[in-house]
Amino acid sequence: MPGITRNGVRIDDSFAEAFPMRGTALLITGPNRKWARQAAVTMTGFATSVIGCGVEAGIDGDVDPRDTPDGRPGVRVLMFAMSSNELQNQLTNRVGQCVLTSPGSACFADLTAPDELKLGDLLRYFGDGWQISKKFGGRHFWRIPVMDGEFLCEATTSFTKGAVGGGNLLICGADYESTLRAAEAAIEQMDKVKGAIMPFPGGIVRSGSKVGSRYKVLHASTNDAFCPTLRGQVATALDDDLGCVLEIVIDGLTEAAVAEAMRVGLAAIVKLGPKKGARRVSAGNYGGKLGPFHFHLKELAP
Amino acid sequence: MTLVLSLKAQPPQRLDLSSLVPHLLKGKSAKEIAEIDLATTKEPAKVGDIFRVRAGSVDEIRFDGGSERFDNLGAGSTTGRVVLTGDAGSNVARKLAGGEVIVTGHVGPYAGSGIESGRLEIIGDAGDFLAAPREGEMHGMSGGTLIVRGTVGDRAGDRLRRGTVIIEGDAGDWLGSRLVAGTLVVLGAVGLNPGYLMRRGTLALANPPDLPPYFVDCGAYFAAFAPVFGRAMKPESAGTERLFRGALHRFAGDMSVLGKGEIFVPA
Repeated sequence: MPGITRNGVRIDDSFAEAFPMRGTALLITGPNRKWARQAAVTMTGFATSVIGCGVEAGIDGDVDPRDTPDGRPGVRVLMFAMSSNELQNQLTNRVGQCVLTSPGSACFADLTAPDELKLGDLLRYFGDGWQISKKFGGRHFWRIPVMDGEFLCEATTSFTKGAVGGGNLLICGADYESTLRAAEAAIEQMDKVKGAIMPFPGGIVRSGSKVGSRYKVLHASTNDAFCPTLRGQVATALDDDLGCVLEIVIDGLTEAAVAEAMRVGLAAIVKLGPKKGARRVSAGNYGGKLGPFHFHLKELAP
Repeated sequence: MTLVLSLKAQPPQRLDLSSLVPHLLKGKSAKEIAEIDLATTKEPAKVGDIFRVRAGSVDEIRFDGGSERFDNLGAGSTTGRVVLTGDAGSNVARKLAGGEVIVTGHVGPYAGSGIESGRLEIIGDAGDFLAAPREGEMHGMSGGTLIVRGTVGDRAGDRLRRGTVIIEGDAGDWLGSRLVAGTLVVLGAVGLNPGYLMRRGTLALANPPDLPPYFVDCGAYFAAFAPVFGRAMKPESAGTERLFRGALHRFAGDMSVLGKGEIFVPA
């Protein structure tokens, strides 16, 4: 694929193909930063891909105590699913099992959008009749007595139908070390983008997939064209100077957030250069016919 | 320019001001407004007889000069603002369903009775039965925000159902009687028997009297609700924010009824 070269890094004339998702945002606070983060980390665990986890979730960023409703350290969490029903189920289960249970936590809605999901409205029943409803300042909260005091939880949160999932970068390097270095450099910058998360472990996925497999039960399987050890056996997408590929997948509350995350990630990879980092960057798509959102690398390149 | 109604002289009879609210005056000319009858006796009392009318947008209605005989000021208003410089009588902003009503002076009984939403602020004192239901009604205030900078009489917050009431001065006896739910804050002193027969809901008393025996001690309170509520109320009342920022102690009651209400006092 004829692409462009920036700072010695080859950028394919390709695009990431992304899909519409349902997305919501929560603000979780805790008695200190450690426990606010712990609740958020637990809630967003096992949420890498909708294929096996139901939702894709991650931490959008820390929130300063001055900007949280209770003046305590906060963490913003984003959650994405393919359907509103699945998002509701996962939200209830995850907040119920991971945030309600976390010492000192409180949970607030953190998105303004027309559609609603129930939050405290469902979890309140844990209070067994001792739950207390409080409406003030245009917001509705539930106070649920728990063993360390009270769990304060907003009654509802909003979700957007305009979320975008599946933005991606395929980072190709000479060897494992340089490729991981480039991927980490990209993630460091992409983490700073508000409204976007990279749901895989540490933001990076090493087992990129293609649609379908030779087995009836499996709908996705290894992306053989990018597997370096198969380069002689399959129609490989890898050049001779490439020995390792890592992928970053991006979900965002808006198309703009995904594009911005890809843009700063690409810039970080280019800045690192081909000697220390990646030699080539590509993106995954399905020919452009499946997903309505196309993020062209050329347009996002520095 | 807003519509301004300047009081010419103290009215010779009690007046019903419930027709002078933004949504009812929309589209009316100054002349039509001057023809509105406010009388509560056989003798007519037209707006033009009582006030000098300065025409203007009715989104805000300003009364220059008040009277203890002004009943139903801003009652049933749904939008916009009603501002009165001076005193008012009974039923100020009764059944308010949106918008804002502000009175700079003192008001009579049943101020904020049955407010559904919106905001009422009384800079002076208020009489008995603040936010309470009128005869035969099941509930008092059911939403919105009510602030009294001065003191209030007895039975404030009677049968409060939802919403927030903040009293920055003192409150009389039987505060929050038969309270159903909602939040009532008093920064000043409080008379006898607060929370009598309250079922659910919250009283927060900065200077509590000896609490009646039908309230039970629930120990220190330190949950996130306190700072969230305090910070949300900061624009309305700095004293309320201070009260909820400090250490609190929780009592539950009235145990002679449902017993799921609470009284917060400084620890």
